[in-house]
Amino acid sequence: MELLVATAIGAITAAGVYLILRLRTFAVVLGMTMLTYAINAFLFVTGRLVVNMPPILSSHDNISPADYTDPLPQALVLTAIVISFGMTAVVVMMSLGAFIEGGDDRVNMPESDRIMPPLKTVDETANEDEKA
Amino acid sequence: MNNWLIAPVLVPALMGPLMVLWMRHDLLQQRVFGVIGSLLTLLVAIKLHMMAVEGDVLVYRLGNWPAPFGIVLMLDRLSALMLLLTAILAVTVQLYGIGSGWDRKGWHFHSLWQFQLMGLNGAFLTGDAFNLFVFFEVLLIASYGLMIHGGGPMRLRAGVQYISYNLAGSALFLAALGCLYAVTGTLNMADMAERVARMPTEDTALLRTGAVLLLLVFAIKAAIVPLHFWLPSTYANAPGPVAALFAIMSKVGVYAIIRFFTLVFPQDSVIETIATDLILPAALITLTLGQLGVMGTRSLARLAAFAAIASIGTLMISVARFDAQGLTAGLYYMIHSTLSAAALFLVVDLVAARRGGDFWLRLRPAIGNTGLISALFFATGIAVVGLPPLSGFLGKLMILDATADDPWRDGIWATILVTSLIALVGFGRAGSILFWKSHEMDPEPGNDSDEGQRPAPGPIPTKLETDEPIQDVGDSAAPWLSFTATGALLAGMVVLTVFAGPLTDYLQRTADQLTNPTLYYESVLRQQEGAK
Repeated sequence: MELLVATAIGAITAAGVYLILRLRTFAVVLGMTMLTYAINAFLFVTGRLVVNMPPILSSHDNISPADYTDPLPQALVLTAIVISFGMTAVVVMMSLGAFIEGGDDRVNMPESDRIMPPLKTVDETANEDEKA
Repeated sequence: MNNWLIAPVLVPALMGPLMVLWMRHDLLQQRVFGVIGSLLTLLVAIKLHMMAVEGDVLVYRLGNWPAPFGIVLMLDRLSALMLLLTAILAVTVQLYGIGSGWDRKGWHFHSLWQFQLMGLNGAFLTGDAFNLFVFFEVLLIASYGLMIHGGGPMRLRAGVQYISYNLAGSALFLAALGCLYAVTGTLNMADMAERVARMPTEDTALLRTGAVLLLLVFAIKAAIVPLHFWLPSTYANAPGPVAALFAIMSKVGVYAIIRFFTLVFPQDSVIETIATDLILPAALITLTLGQLGVMGTRSLARLAAFAAIASIGTLMISVARFDAQGLTAGLYYMIHSTLSAAALFLVVDLVAARRGGDFWLRLRPAIGNTGLISALFFATGIAVVGLPPLSGFLGKLMILDATADDPWRDGIWATILVTSLIALVGFGRAGSILFWKSHEMDPEPGNDSDEGQRPAPGPIPTKLETDEPIQDVGDSAAPWLSFTATGALLAGMVVLTVFAGPLTDYLQRTADQLTNPTLYYESVLRQQEGAK
């Protein structure tokens, strides 16, 4: 079981990292989602894999680590899921905003970020801004 | 147990939603309550600072649960210092945001500001590793909102890069915490520290992995090369006051590195000197790259961003030693670099606002208020580059002194000194293009140049006003407020310079406290009277 879980987490992480490195926001968002899934599963596993055991102590005597599963990672995963869910929503909104305002869904900054436009253009755009 | 410790988180946490829910359509009220919120935070920070001066580590147990089980906030001199620095910066820069009219460019500037403060304060106070993650997310979410405040395609594009980079960083953070929890079985920093110190070396492979992952996460936040790629675009495209507030945000990464690698993984623990070995070369490269960027860039905003990167490099060179002397110098430089980076972003914003939003370093007709602004630029440049008489010089001197017995001394000294010269050239070039040569230029015919000549009648839009202000506050600008805020940051650096002696003594005590982890074990884990 450990091997299965570990390889699954590894495979999802690899897919996520690959997608994050793409240059279009859609792929990046997907990659981000995959990565957070993998990380959530990983966090869950940090409490060790125990099958068929509740995350609570059943009795006060004879407490043995084999009788229950660690509840803390489950709480952590819950927090992490909520946060990553919210963050994914934020990144989707931002990407949509960038797509609508910028006209394409590339991740890289457009050329106008690096190349100084001729002075005239800037003034014209400034005027346009004022009109708008 | 002391209830004051939760106040720096609670005050902004109450003010932020209050502004969203109750006064979302009233900018004047937002401004009043926003400033009140920041001022209250400042008062609380001063109070906490006075409590922490004594040298005790104060602990607040949330829900009164005993320490390794519940979440604790802990206040030592370093936390108190960071809180105070954050609050001072937040108040000043918020006033700038109001004076410059930036807060009219979007809906929720002031409430996001409060949420940002909440995240920052929480990150500085928490004594629990997972809670640190949560507060990181709080401050990041607020910073995403602030970063794209005002909108515009370039800013949104840069925002997407910023958020993607930081989401990957957050995932890494969780992975690091997972590794650490799997080995130590605890997330309380003091408890983890104690367990790490007792751990036999042969069990620590995963622990070391976790420690290095954690270092990477904090290096992303601090923008240490090669994890700095998010910073230039983000800071250059963020609104001026937001970029200035972000000056403290990269310090959160530095703070977290100091916290974890003095308390949980000190030099003599299982990870040995791995933190120093990784950080020191990276810091040297960060410094070099930052200053080369200052010289090479063609955009004023990027000049400020690269200067911020360089200051992180300088700071980390000293912090990487993780001994009392290195930390003292590092902390002094941290205060200085926060103030100077913020002041630089504000000055850049002052300039760009009067050039029709043109950040490019090229000749344009002289701007309004050129004398005052060029004086501010000159003073800020001196501070950032590290020339006497301002605190940057003292800070660099202290760092040179702290690294005097380092095996890498020659390399460190050469890098710091040579890159300072490079930065000086960069700032000299920028200043002469912006202020000096522009005087020789005839005003262009047309309305735009004439706007540059006018002494700032109102907050001049630097971006598309996609989000019109909800309510006009009758505010043509308050340029005096912008200038006062910028001047206040410079005054802060003067104070830093004048009182360098007493301050250094205090920072020395702060560093001594940091290098004595037993104090934290005692305060957090042992003295638990009153816990359930």
